[in-house]
Amino acid sequence: MPADTKADNKAAAKPAPKARAPKPQVVTANALLEGDVVYLAGDRSWTRHLSDAQIFDEPLAAEAALAEAAKRHAEVVGCYLAEVKHGPRGAEPTHFREDFRRRGPSNYAHGKQAAASNAA
Amino acid sequence: MYVYDDFDAAFLAERNRQFREQVARRIDGSLTEDEFKPLRLMNGLYLQLHAYMLRVAIPYGTLNPDQMRKLAEIADRWDEGYGHFTTRQNIQYNWPKLPDVPDMLDALAEVGLHAIQTSGNTIRNVTSDHFAGAAADELTDPRPYAELIRQWSTDHPEFQFLPRKFKVAVTGSEIDRAVTRAHDIGLRTVSRDGETGFEVIVGGGLGRTPMIGKVLRDFLPVTDLLPYLEAVVGTYNLLGRRDNKYKARIKITVHENGIDTFRDLTEARFAEIAPQFDAAATEAQLARIKAMFAAPAFREASDLSYQAAHSADPVFRAWADTNLHAHKADGHAIVTISLKKHGETPGDATSEQMRVIADLAETYGYGEIRISHEQNVILPHVHRADLPALHKALKAVGLATANVGLVSDIIACPGMDYCALATARSIPVAQEIATRFDALKLEHDIGPLKIKISGCINACGHHHVGHIGILGLDRAGVENYQITLGGDGTEDASLGERTGPGFAYDQIVPAIERILRAYLEIRESREETFLDAYRRVGLAPFKDALYEAERDAA
Repeated sequence: MPADTKADNKAAAKPAPKARAPKPQVVTANALLEGDVVYLAGDRSWTRHLSDAQIFDEPLAAEAALAEAAKRHAEVVGCYLAEVKHGPRGAEPTHFREDFRRRGPSNYAHGKQAAASNAA
Repeated sequence: MYVYDDFDAAFLAERNRQFREQVARRIDGSLTEDEFKPLRLMNGLYLQLHAYMLRVAIPYGTLNPDQMRKLAEIADRWDEGYGHFTTRQNIQYNWPKLPDVPDMLDALAEVGLHAIQTSGNTIRNVTSDHFAGAAADELTDPRPYAELIRQWSTDHPEFQFLPRKFKVAVTGSEIDRAVTRAHDIGLRTVSRDGETGFEVIVGGGLGRTPMIGKVLRDFLPVTDLLPYLEAVVGTYNLLGRRDNKYKARIKITVHENGIDTFRDLTEARFAEIAPQFDAAATEAQLARIKAMFAAPAFREASDLSYQAAHSADPVFRAWADTNLHAHKADGHAIVTISLKKHGETPGDATSEQMRVIADLAETYGYGEIRISHEQNVILPHVHRADLPALHKALKAVGLATANVGLVSDIIACPGMDYCALATARSIPVAQEIATRFDALKLEHDIGPLKIKISGCINACGHHHVGHIGILGLDRAGVENYQITLGGDGTEDASLGERTGPGFAYDQIVPAIERILRAYLEIRESREETFLDAYRRVGLAPFKDALYEAERDAA
């Protein structure tokens, strides 16, 4: 049996992968000048607060927003889509990395935590 | 220490001028990030999780008080009032803003410091023994050679685009405090028939594929140092893989081709290029550098005040017994200032602490300061008579922690709290281990122990060579910590052995406690260190202690 046919048979024998429900996402990046974490808001501005980010429930809409945002290279660096969940006050992180990006380091109240306490 | 000449100063000024314009072009939008990124990395500027990070080289860990004060000033003017000393004798600023970086670099240049080649696929900051020029066990001061290598490697046109980063460490002592066997090139000074030379070790490294370096040449005459290094790096530059980032370091090149093939190619290249090097000029330059590293005129004095404090003051005694190392000059000691106060971030120093260290180095330490890869600060030359006053001054600014070489003297990478590559946190784990063992009052009883923590597989926290190594990973969206035991970064270098399944964030400190309580049971006497005991009994008893609770629960 030729190798490629064998591979095809093997693939066919596998159960079809379960369709995963699309996860809500936000567009995030770091600001060019300050370097801090920003999120794309509904009005196309960049916000420092995850809770103010626009949530994309549809993957295609998220990809389109990412492609558009990535062109704004004079404002931000390293755009990507981060998975979130809907919370009572907007987007909330689902992974601890995004939780740190949202908050700042855990050893000092620097970064976003300092900004939050100054504003309060 | 080395003092910049006009050539060095002009080179640095020109480089900073270029980078200032590159930053301006990035900000006005004429450079994209893809275009700018290689330029900023060549100048030590990273973009991390929450902010930019500027990594400043401290060549072979040597600083003078003016440089330390400048580091403090930069922390105050453009950062959050502190700096982070790293596991490669660098200092990192965690909060710079892009438009400020050119000014920070100009400020550094005022005292002969820079951030060149602290990133990118180039020859990085040359590291060395932090007790260089002071240790009683030293054969020869490695720093003049490290400086010669720094000059040769800085902006070396052939080596700006290597397959991957390249790290060189140099030691001048039989006791290896520079981890030479875990570097791309490790150089150990050796003596043969009265002539000083180097044992050249190649292909060591940690990261995702940890390897202990192999001896490439057992004796390299000093005059051949630069052509031989050029031959090694040139051979790697051609032979090293560029198809796969994870197989691009020289350790993989040596491993895949074999040390004998790599040696043959290196020797052939060496024979080819050695005649192009002017050995006499190198010797003259080395002599010039050596003169700048001449030891200070050590003073003679009675150390009665030291004796008195040592017998009268238990706090001073604990510090002196833990944080001092034997000095080559009569009456003197090497002082390690711990940046590991229990509960604090390993390697961090505030601007105030930096200024106090600078002042104390001037008052008591002949104006010399060193930074160790273990993330502490060293005053290499202090007369014993001055130790009580020094200790008192350190205590006033939280720098007199008596824990050097003990449980809480942990080296830890920045981890997920700062680093964009990290898969888990390191710093809080270090903080909690230190706090826990301080509360238990066990660390002096446990004795010499090196715990090293990395927050990802890249191993900046050197976990593979920790007596206890901790590696933080992301397991299905949750932080998980693997433990290795029995690693050693010294002249008897060995890689730690994994104990088994990892531990959750809230279980890692209890797990470390179980290991150390098992050690206290197992050891034959107080003199048998953790590493000695591990080497005697092996992994099994520690594994039993570590997973005992889980087995009982099952």
